[in-house]
Order: sequence, then C-alpha cells, then structure tokens
Amino acid sequence: MGDHLFEFLLRQGDNTLILSHRISEWCGHAPIIEEDIALANIALDLLGQTQMWLGLAAEVEGAGRSADDLAMLRDAWDFRNSILVERPNGDFGQTMMRQFLFDAYHVELLNRLVSSADERIAAIAAKSLKEVEYHVERSASIVIALGDGSEESHARMQAALDDQWTFAGELFETDAGDHALNDAGIAPLPSELRAGFNARATAVLGDATLIIPETTFAHSGGRSGKRHSEHLGHLLTQMQWLQRAYPGATW
Amino acid sequence: MYAQMVKSENTDNGPELDAFQVRIDAGEKIEPKDWMPAGYRKTLIRQISQHAHSEIVGQLPEGNWITRAPTLERKAILLAKVQDEAGHGLYLYCAAETLGVSRDELTEMLLDGRMKYSSIFNYPTLTWADIGAIGWLVDGAAIMNQVPLQRTSYGPYARAMVRICKEESFHQRQGYDIMMKMAQGSDAQKRMAQDALNRYWYPSLMMFGPSDKESVHSAQSMKWRIKINSNDELRQKFVDQTVPQAEYLGLTVPDDNLRLNPETGHYEFSEPDWSEFFEVLNGNGPCNKERLEARNKAWDDGQWVRDGMMAHARKKAARAAASQVAAE
Repeated sequence: MGDHLFEFLLRQGDNTLILSHRISEWCGHAPIIEEDIALANIALDLLGQTQMWLGLAAEVEGAGRSADDLAMLRDAWDFRNSILVERPNGDFGQTMMRQFLFDAYHVELLNRLVSSADERIAAIAAKSLKEVEYHVERSASIVIALGDGSEESHARMQAALDDQWTFAGELFETDAGDHALNDAGIAPLPSELRAGFNARATAVLGDATLIIPETTFAHSGGRSGKRHSEHLGHLLTQMQWLQRAYPGATW
Repeated sequence: MYAQMVKSENTDNGPELDAFQVRIDAGEKIEPKDWMPAGYRKTLIRQISQHAHSEIVGQLPEGNWITRAPTLERKAILLAKVQDEAGHGLYLYCAAETLGVSRDELTEMLLDGRMKYSSIFNYPTLTWADIGAIGWLVDGAAIMNQVPLQRTSYGPYARAMVRICKEESFHQRQGYDIMMKMAQGSDAQKRMAQDALNRYWYPSLMMFGPSDKESVHSAQSMKWRIKINSNDELRQKFVDQTVPQAEYLGLTVPDDNLRLNPETGHYEFSEPDWSEFFEVLNGNGPCNKERLEARNKAWDDGQWVRDGMMAHARKKAARAAASQVAAE
C-alpha cells in the first residue's frame, strides 16, 4: 500500500508542479495585464498544492527526501504527471483549453478526495478544492468566450480542442494501484470521474460552440512514467538547472 | 523610482492657477474632477505612465528566472512578486486614466517607443543572485522614491502609492534574503552574489536620475508636489542605507572612492557613468531591444484574444437584448 500511496501522491504533485511551471512561463507575456495576473495566480495555487502533495509524498516515502528533492532531483522517467500538463503552452487558446480540460478533471477528483479515509489527503484536497473551483469557473468562461467570440478565436479554440482532446483521456486511466487505494477508501477510481468530467465538458464546450472530436483514442504513458513526451525533459532541464549545477547548495 | 527625466510642462498663468497653487501648498489633494493646469495634467500623465510601464516591463527581467528558481518556495515567492508588479502596473494605469487617457493609448505609446520606462529594466538577469540584487537594490531604490510619493498632490496617484509601497517593502526583504543565503553559501554562491552587486550597483544609482544640477524639470514638479525630494537627496539616502547592508552581507560595493564622511555622517561615493545612462535611455542598453520586442509580441499575439473577448461580449449583449424584447 505504501508504494501505491507514494505513486498516487506523486501523480497529484507532479500534475500540479508541471502545469504550474507551464503556466508560469506566461508571466509577462499574456494578452492583457488582467490575464497575466490571473495566470500567475493559478500557477501559484498549483505550486502551493505541489508543496503539499510532494511534501506528503516525501513523508510517506520515508527516505529522507524533501518535496524540493522530489521536484528538482528526479529524472523524467520518475515523474508521474499526465502528458497533457507537460505539453507546451502554444497560443493563449491552447493554454486555456489545456487548463479547462485539466480543471474539469481536477475538480471532480478533489470533490471525491475531500472524503478520503486518509485525513492528510482529505485536508490537502479541501484546501485545493476551494482554489480549483475558481480555476474551472475561470477557464470555462474563457473557453466559452473565445469559442463563441470572433471567427478567428473560434477557429483557434476548435484547433486547440482537436489538439488536446486525445491527451485528456489519460487522466482517467486506472491501474492496480488505483484499485488498491479505492478499496482502502483513500481515493476514487479515476475511471469513475469520467462521467462528471464529460457532463461538464459537454456543457461548456457546447456553450463555446465547439465540437468534441469523435474519437475514443487517448494518449498515455505519463501517469505510469512509462513514456513521457519529449517536452518533459526540456522542462526539467530548465526547472532543475540550479539544483543540478550546484549540488548541495542551499538557496 | 521608476520615473526618470520626466519632462515638466510649462503652464498657463491666471487666477485659477494661483488658487491651485494655494491648494497644493496647503497640502490638499487634487482629485480627478478638480480644475488643474494643463501642464500639471500632462506631466502627471507622463510620470504615472512611465511608472506603470516600468512595472510592466519590469516583469521581464525577473520573469526570466521564474522557471529556473532553485526551490519550490523561492519559485512561489518570485512568482508572487512578479504578479505584484503586474498589479502595480494595473493600479497605475487606472490612476493615469483618471487624467483622461486610456490604457490602450498609453500601451501603444510604450510599444512604439514614444513613452519610456525605467532604465534599470534594460539590464539582463544573468544569475539567480541577480534576482536577489534586484529585490535588494532596485526595489530598495524604488521605495526611496515611492514612500514620499504617498504624499504627492494628486489623490489617485498618492493612494495607489500607499498600496504599492506595502508590497515593495516585502519585495525588498525577499531580495535581501536571497542575497543573505548566497553570501553565506558556497564559494560559487558568494561569487555570484558579488558579481550581481558589481553589475547592479551603478545602474541602481542611475535610477534616481541625473544630478539636480542637470535636472531641468525638477523645480516645477517639486512646486506642484509631484516630486517631493531631489534626485541627489534620494540617491544619498539610498547609498547611506545600502552600504551598511552590503557590509553585513560581507560584499564589497564596487566603488574605490566610497567612504563615510565622519563630519556629515553621509557616505561619499562615485557618480555612475552618465553617458551609459543616456545611451540606455536612447535605446542602447543591453536589453532595450529584447524588452520592447517581448512586450510588442505579447500585445500582437494577444490581439485575437482581445478581439474574441469583445466579440463574445457583443454577442452576449445582443442576445440579452433580444430575449428582453421577446419577453416584452
């Protein structure tokens, strides 16, 4: 169970860490100042959640590693985030579509984790849920506005959806570890979250006048760590550079 | 101190002007709907926008290190700080808008080079220690100027400054804290910290603008209480405050002429190279081109987003109007 729990916590913390990193790349480059501020806010929320998830992961592992060690000193194959969140930002529309798909999953997950049998997980989920309810409200309203906006914004949002949709499926992938945690009342099966996600996605993307691609195909390999995309290595090269270049230094 | 060399406008004479000056001298705040001389309005627009532009462009050198911050906590602090800068830009644009210009107009003037931002943001951030040096020195210099501006004569500007100052002092502390960690760290970290001080010392002194002897616009601005202290006064105050902090860190201020004058109680120090300052203002700083290109790219790439949002807002309003007609 310890291994499954550690793996589960890495999946949570790596999703929030990598997505936070991607969003933080926007800092100073957003289409309007209000969006710059909002994106930084979301990156900050996710980074705070990362500190909690990876902090607990380190505690559960009991190998003397810290949250920072987990973030800065693991190589790509040890990361457990879904491929969706490591994908490059693309244009603002692609960033917001990726955000909406993740938020719509995240809010379903946290809604269930607040009643986890593990009180530490329930506490992190409760704190995160307050933030993520706002995230999904915001990303949904932007997806709707740009989908239902000008001809160009509509076309860009449809392209973003076509591009990202096959990466959303991995969020609901379910393995033996998930079953073990579900049996212990610690976490829901990811597959159980799909219906809530679909309902929200259908409603929001419908309001956005966008068409969900007709495919059941889903990329995978991130949450198992088996095969990340090429993008993760470059992201880590940047994120981990100081810790790798000056081993043992404190900052 | 994000406003440098703000050109002060001459103004009309007359009884209204005399009454205006009486209000300023009595320490009253001037509010957006009050009468004000055209020159006061123009000078303030220039000064506040230059300050706002500096906050926005100032996101770039620090934003350069967000994705490379060494720990999760440092990354969160830096992200929050840069977010604050964007927030400061926003309040200041709002304050400028009370004077009858729009944010879009001001943005366009920044992007095509008609309006300036502080020279300091044209310097590169090359190591993590530069993030410390910017907080400690650049925000430290900014605070020197902005604390008195809380008492400036124009109400919206003074009030924006109250909030900004609170956040700036947190920024300065985080910068000093980074420097402290590095100065107490490994040899490589100490070297990084000293190198950052070497590169940022004189550009920080330049932030206060040229000497009062050369500053042609100061007198009118001081009369209007748009500017409270002289450039040299503030620079001296900054040096007096900062040198002991550098000593505490075990770092050396890169100035062979630096010495404490026991009679005056003030440090004597070398002037920065003013020819470099003017080159930077004229577009020849190390990063002028990159900074403006980055802001132009953000604006141009964002055009479809702003247009799309507006199109959606119009459609929504039209639908609401149509459903109201149908209901009647």
